[in-house]
Amino acid sequence: MLNIPSPEITPEHIYLSRRKFMSGASKIMLGAALTVACSDQTESSNSDFDSGNRQTDRDNLGDSWTSYKSITNYNNFYEFSVNKERVAVMAQDLRISPWEIEVGGMVKNPGRYHVDDLLSKFDQEERVYRLRCVEGWSMVIPWTGFPLRRLLDEVEPTMNARYVRFETLYDPVQLPGQNDGWYSWPYVEGLRLDEASHDLTILATGIYGRALLPQNGAPLRLVVPWKYGFKSIKSIVRMDLVSEQPVSLWMKAAPVEYGFYANVNPNVHHPRWSQDTERRIGELQRRKTLLFNGYAEQVDNLYTNMDLKIHF
Amino acid sequence: MDNAISYMSKYIRIIVHICALLPLLTLFWDLRFDNLSVNPIQDITFRTGKPALVLLVLVLSVTPVRKWFGLHSLIQFRRTLGLYVFMYASLHFLVFVGLDYGFDIELLLSSVFKKPYVVLGFLAYLTLVPLAITSTRGWIRRLGKYWKMLHRLVYLTGILAVAHYIWAVKSDIRQPLLFAAVICLMLFARIPAFNRSLHLLSERWTSK
Repeated sequence: MLNIPSPEITPEHIYLSRRKFMSGASKIMLGAALTVACSDQTESSNSDFDSGNRQTDRDNLGDSWTSYKSITNYNNFYEFSVNKERVAVMAQDLRISPWEIEVGGMVKNPGRYHVDDLLSKFDQEERVYRLRCVEGWSMVIPWTGFPLRRLLDEVEPTMNARYVRFETLYDPVQLPGQNDGWYSWPYVEGLRLDEASHDLTILATGIYGRALLPQNGAPLRLVVPWKYGFKSIKSIVRMDLVSEQPVSLWMKAAPVEYGFYANVNPNVHHPRWSQDTERRIGELQRRKTLLFNGYAEQVDNLYTNMDLKIHF
Repeated sequence: MDNAISYMSKYIRIIVHICALLPLLTLFWDLRFDNLSVNPIQDITFRTGKPALVLLVLVLSVTPVRKWFGLHSLIQFRRTLGLYVFMYASLHFLVFVGLDYGFDIELLLSSVFKKPYVVLGFLAYLTLVPLAITSTRGWIRRLGKYWKMLHRLVYLTGILAVAHYIWAVKSDIRQPLLFAAVICLMLFARIPAFNRSLHLLSERWTSK
């Protein structure tokens, strides 16, 4: 189990530098108007679900949870809509039960699993992770789920297996965005086997202690917190252990912009957007983006002797 | 039709103002009533940039449409539309550097202003500044024949603005390309040979 330091022992200099960055020197234009607009989303709610201001509701860097409302209403899920606010509405009717996931490829014990069986088979843990979208916004999300490694141990990858290839449900009736030929459906993502086996990598089944909603990738999705959000593939129906590096949907759509690794890294420049900073949803000022999304200590040993500018 | 426009110009002028202000009014409305997404600064950025581009396309369409359809009195709305382009572009620019990046000049220069979409957008904005300044009657008189030459700069604005849009979107550039196509058409319409062949085509078509 990962040893995440509690907020009480967050090093003070990190805390202070962050505060300094956030409080910045700049005066915000239209500040008054915006405060009205934004405060409702971060502070107005009464229920625990909507606010992240209990002392314990923090991630390992001391950042508050993003509100449940924001997490469940601002989603990139092109299978439903390219409009992030439309996704929640369009995704409502996705049939998430019964749901089976097939695990195959280079494994000793291939199998089909009901999501319900996975839920009872593996202990569900809470993992509070930052999620950094390649578009430059981020959230802090309290997931529930289990390490992907548990499932991999169950199916036992063979000697030749080097990567895991994931696939989202393909069903253009339920997922109308899949009728759009601009992208090559279904959504495919991949991880190197050591990345997939890392303790931070989980298959998530819930948020805020509640079952995952379709817009967040119900009933089962990947969460890889040190990589850009698009790596964390949603609504998975298939996992294959393979020997060759899988080609993801985004690698096909824009090979120069999206590589296989897609590690959050302010030093690796994206051709379109600056990745140096990000906006945490619910905040007005930008934050500096951290190497591996702040999980460098846990994951940088995966990438020793690799030029991350080439393997972006 | 052209006469009708001249005759009704007072009312059409009001409608033009209302339509041009509508994106700003709905933006303020959504701000006031909390209808923006949880990423409101990005919404404001998009919702000031898009009207600037749409209005710019309209400005560039005035001359071709006048020629093609004989609606010469449309000319009287061009300056108004052009100044609204400048207004939205100014808001868009200010929101980006001020609201989004908190006037953090160091950060803006070190990383943000190296991105093609930012450079293109900024250049597009710069070309608008002299056009807005010299839009008054006084400047038109003072500059004489040079005024027209100077204001051809708007063709460059069109190209830069649409290139900015193409570079700013994630992957699906179909909509930016549509804007690019319309702007190209409007620029080609300035070339006499293009108009002649267009005229020939339409004659051949109507004679059939």
